[in-house]
Amino acid sequence: MDYSVKIGGEAGQGIQTIGDTLSRVFSRAGLHVFTNQDYESRIRGGHNFYQIRLSDRPIGALRDAIDIIVALDRESITRHAKELADSGRLMYDSESLKEKHDGPAFLDIPFTSLAIRHGGEKIMANTVATGAVLGMLGMDIDILLSIIKETFEKKGDAIVTANRSAALAGHDSAVKGCTGCSFAVSREETSPKPKMLVAGVDAIGLGALSAGVKFYAAYPMTPSTGIMNYIAGKEQEYGVVVEQAEDEIAAINMALGASFAGARAMTGTSGGGFALMVEGLSLAGMTETPVVIALGQRPGPATGFPTRTEQGELQFALSAGHGEFPRVIFAPGTPKQALYLTNKAFDLAEKYQIPALILFDQYLADSQWTYEGFDTGSLKYTDYRLRGEAFRKIENYKRHAFTDTGVTPLGVPGDAKHLVVTDSDEHDEEGHIVEDAAMRIRMVEKRLFKKLPLIRNEIAAPFLYGDHDPDVVIVGWGSTFGVMQEAVDVLAKDYAVSMLHFSELFPFPLTDRFDYLSLLRNARMTICIEQNAASQFARLMRAETGHEFSGHITKYDGRPFSVEGLTGELHAHLRKL
Amino acid sequence: MLTSENFRGQVPAWCPGCGNFPILKAFKDALVDLDIGPHQFTIVSGIGQAGKFPHYLRCNTFNGLHGRTLPVATGHRLANHEHLVIAVAGDGDCYGEGGNHLIHAMRRNINVKLFVHNNQVYGLTKGQASPTTSEGTRTKNVPYGVPSEQLNPMALAVALDCSFVARGFAADTEHLKNLIKAAVSHKGFSLVDILQPCVTFNTVNTYEWYRQRVYHLDPDHNPMDRTAAFARALEWGPKIPLGVIYRNNRATMEERVPMIAEKVLVRQDAQIGKIADTLKEFY
Repeated sequence: MDYSVKIGGEAGQGIQTIGDTLSRVFSRAGLHVFTNQDYESRIRGGHNFYQIRLSDRPIGALRDAIDIIVALDRESITRHAKELADSGRLMYDSESLKEKHDGPAFLDIPFTSLAIRHGGEKIMANTVATGAVLGMLGMDIDILLSIIKETFEKKGDAIVTANRSAALAGHDSAVKGCTGCSFAVSREETSPKPKMLVAGVDAIGLGALSAGVKFYAAYPMTPSTGIMNYIAGKEQEYGVVVEQAEDEIAAINMALGASFAGARAMTGTSGGGFALMVEGLSLAGMTETPVVIALGQRPGPATGFPTRTEQGELQFALSAGHGEFPRVIFAPGTPKQALYLTNKAFDLAEKYQIPALILFDQYLADSQWTYEGFDTGSLKYTDYRLRGEAFRKIENYKRHAFTDTGVTPLGVPGDAKHLVVTDSDEHDEEGHIVEDAAMRIRMVEKRLFKKLPLIRNEIAAPFLYGDHDPDVVIVGWGSTFGVMQEAVDVLAKDYAVSMLHFSELFPFPLTDRFDYLSLLRNARMTICIEQNAASQFARLMRAETGHEFSGHITKYDGRPFSVEGLTGELHAHLRKL
Repeated sequence: MLTSENFRGQVPAWCPGCGNFPILKAFKDALVDLDIGPHQFTIVSGIGQAGKFPHYLRCNTFNGLHGRTLPVATGHRLANHEHLVIAVAGDGDCYGEGGNHLIHAMRRNINVKLFVHNNQVYGLTKGQASPTTSEGTRTKNVPYGVPSEQLNPMALAVALDCSFVARGFAADTEHLKNLIKAAVSHKGFSLVDILQPCVTFNTVNTYEWYRQRVYHLDPDHNPMDRTAAFARALEWGPKIPLGVIYRNNRATMEERVPMIAEKVLVRQDAQIGKIADTLKEFY
């Protein structure tokens, strides 16, 4: 069982409400779910869609062929009807759209008049449509009814009852109307054990909370705003101060101020905002002030496609900031990785007093995945700061004192008589400005050379999925994890193929724990897959290891890879094998 | 018992006769009077001659980027609002590069004390016009004279309802000391603009030029009267007022952030144990 549902319409029509509710019904039914949204940079109008895939086995990508389309506007029909799978159905309301379509693929359900008749209000058309999708799939409506209760409980019994009637009307209508439909989500496929449904941005927020984030300053920018919203929703519970800064320059400098004062601090932005933060990034490097930066990529240059996806900022993230200083760059491929890598980013930022970047993109930010649960035991929290009594007990303190590891404990200003002094200028061990050449050399060695090998040793090896002695290795990083994994599953029938996925990108992983370079060298074909135009990861791989990929698949239309799309492109390469 | 010896820092790298020297003295004297020890406050500074100030004072120091003192100071205060945070900047630093932050710091009313060493010129980069350089002044890079009107930081601050607005003069050290004490004691964002002669690059606004023009505000001036304050703030020419031009009792940002109402943020434990429960919300 593997179905794709697409809900299309104008911004403001309630696509997200229908999509979110259906996704929740499916995940609570114990199904594996993957969702993504496609939206334009506008508040009303335009054409947007929400795509949900549900299956009885783990999934992590979109498919091109759609089984059920819910068309809330005419454009959903003209644009998406051709995407219908052979037995697919397009559901619409001929009264609202003022057009009638014949043919077995079209299912006309009067969302609006059913809403008025059963719910009493036009606005419940979305509830009718939600119920109707479940009816088409042959699913029970009980989960939806309980979600309606949770959602509308605060508005009173009358609203709950009205919405329930509307949902039932939609469900009945679809069951009766969809007689020729072959969809069936059987009771055996659903499970009594609900699954979690987690979006990428929420997972980054969770990762920050799990790492004890205390301060988050940011300026709103798609696709990073969801992180700020998520953490802001938890401000009171977790004791976090979230501040909307006047600009991204202020955001990173506020985070550095809070971090210097002793609070774990984070900021988030997209490429344009990160461009403004770059001087602050360098300041973090010079003053050895820990900070975590979530960088949500979207297609550039400049404003580009503000609401769409790309992996175009890897080289930017690697080289951003004037001067030489260490940094960590993680690129989670799934919400689960986003949780653990954000947690790890905080740990490494604090442990080595460096900036740590979470490189994600719109696709991962908005994608929801299902999970049985997360192991909280492997989330790490160690407070490396010198606070209170521990700070007071120290006899002498110099903020940038030389140590074997290059790391000097970071004291909390005001907690002891010791002064905490740091400078964006080159400085001495105490933190005061110097012009001295010998001191400069020692400070560069402290910041860069002493810390780097230690940081590199913390970096996990890339993840291998598929054949362990492959002829073909497909290599990627970040949000392409799910689609690459599914492509391997498809191709594994005909080829000895595996996926090598990099989520801990920089410092580039060593080969001592897993000799991935031998794996690549021994393969007949290595194909690098990136959602950008210039094969930025391939460049990093070449610079760090000398490995040249035999093929490249790039995509820079702002839309994510689909399983069919990527498999098709891979087949074109594999013909040369 | 503190003395100014407790604040003896690095040897200043300022020009002999620099207006920063009397400011440094006034500062040390104010801290001694207020009985605030070196570890009990942090100075956040930027770049310029004023940016070096904390190194010469002995205190917790974050000497950051040009123009970015206020965001760092804001983050510091939100993380620890029981700790005194002072921002020291120059006119180019604060009124030019960091102008946006100044506007928003006043809006927020973050309880940071901002001292602007206003010498009406760029010193460190050798003599360019600053936002407060008077219109028509010729410099190397503006040979036909500065085409823009000079910024009036006092009027800007009163217009934005800044919680404490004052002007001092470096050479009027005792008066300046009292202004510093008043600013530190005030609850709310405080801007003290300090007229500071630059003996190397500003041949117009000299010690003498200022002495001929500055006067102490009349004791009858009511700094709580915003309209009267605005009239004083606009005064710049033959007569330049010194003293507290405006103040109000607006609630500070720290008072309006509920997460730090009970306890200082840096002393709040990380709520790591709550994650398991939070994860349940995703089912």
